[in-house]
Amino acid sequence: MPENSTESELPLYEVFIRSKNGLHHKHAGSLHAPDAEMALTNARDVYTRRSEGVSIWVVKATDVVASSPEDKGNFYEPNDDKLYRHPTFYNIPDEVGHM
Amino acid sequence: MNDNEILFEYLLRLGDNCAILGQRLAEWCGKAPVLEEELALMNVGLDLVGQARLLLDYAGKVEGAGRDEDQLAFFRDTQEWRNFLLIEQPNGDFAKTMARQMIFDCFQYLQFEALTASKDKTLSEIAAKSLKEITYHRRHSSNWVIRLGDGTDESHAKMQAAIDELWGFIPEMFDMDAVEDAMVAAGIGTDVSVLRARWDDMINSILTEATLQRPEDTWSVRGSREGKHSEHLGFLLAEMQFLPRAYPDAKW
Repeated sequence: MPENSTESELPLYEVFIRSKNGLHHKHAGSLHAPDAEMALTNARDVYTRRSEGVSIWVVKATDVVASSPEDKGNFYEPNDDKLYRHPTFYNIPDEVGHM
Repeated sequence: MNDNEILFEYLLRLGDNCAILGQRLAEWCGKAPVLEEELALMNVGLDLVGQARLLLDYAGKVEGAGRDEDQLAFFRDTQEWRNFLLIEQPNGDFAKTMARQMIFDCFQYLQFEALTASKDKTLSEIAAKSLKEITYHRRHSSNWVIRLGDGTDESHAKMQAAIDELWGFIPEMFDMDAVEDAMVAAGIGTDVSVLRARWDDMINSILTEATLQRPEDTWSVRGSREGKHSEHLGFLLAEMQFLPRAYPDAKW
């Protein structure tokens, strides 16, 4: 491990948990671990000890590609006035369940 | 000893390992190297306390003298405890705690796996419930032994020293005696001496992956079956038993 104290810290992993009734994985938080396998067991101990989940994903935080705050204008704002893109004019029958 | 006395003794051996190791892990509370590991250690420790409760509760019922799990845990002196000498060894550094844990997790996994087939229904159910927890404990502790052994020069040296230091406590775990024999004959217990080969396979593959040297079998200590413990158990019990002894029947 490098001598430098910041580099010698264990790498950061982002944790995604799928709950019992959940349809997809949701970001639960992040933790430090020496590698991916240990990140999984750490995630089990930190985030699922009260039966919160049935499936865990861990991703190295450095592998997450994020949009930058400066892109806010050209990324999202052009969509604000295009109401027709939102299917909010339909009534969804209860039987359909999750969409 | 009659049948009930033998079963009582046998349950103490199983339950005391869990109780004392749970207490040892609890000593890490607030002191673990990182937050994630603190939670992991407490989870494992509380699993063990849970197993101890089930086993000691059952032992109290088998004994039939009106002692419950708390009385067995908090009002027995050193000589009356039946946990392995390995279990009561001090935590030392994180490497030693994990080495001790890995050695015991592999043993307990094999022992409880066999006990799921016990003719004693209560014991087989406790074993089945615990086995899921133990499977995770073993994964966690062997992961650490492998990573520290195959880590930096410093972590390798510390893990090797920990394995060397604890190696002589291992033979005791696989000893058979009159109580063990009687339990095997009754179809209640399991023959731990035959588990040794599979345990060796497990340990060898972990040590190999961890680039650690398997120590020579040059020394061994025994005595827990007769209540002859190392000096460490008394200090552990003093801390664990202080409150119920100072304030009997305290409620909180």
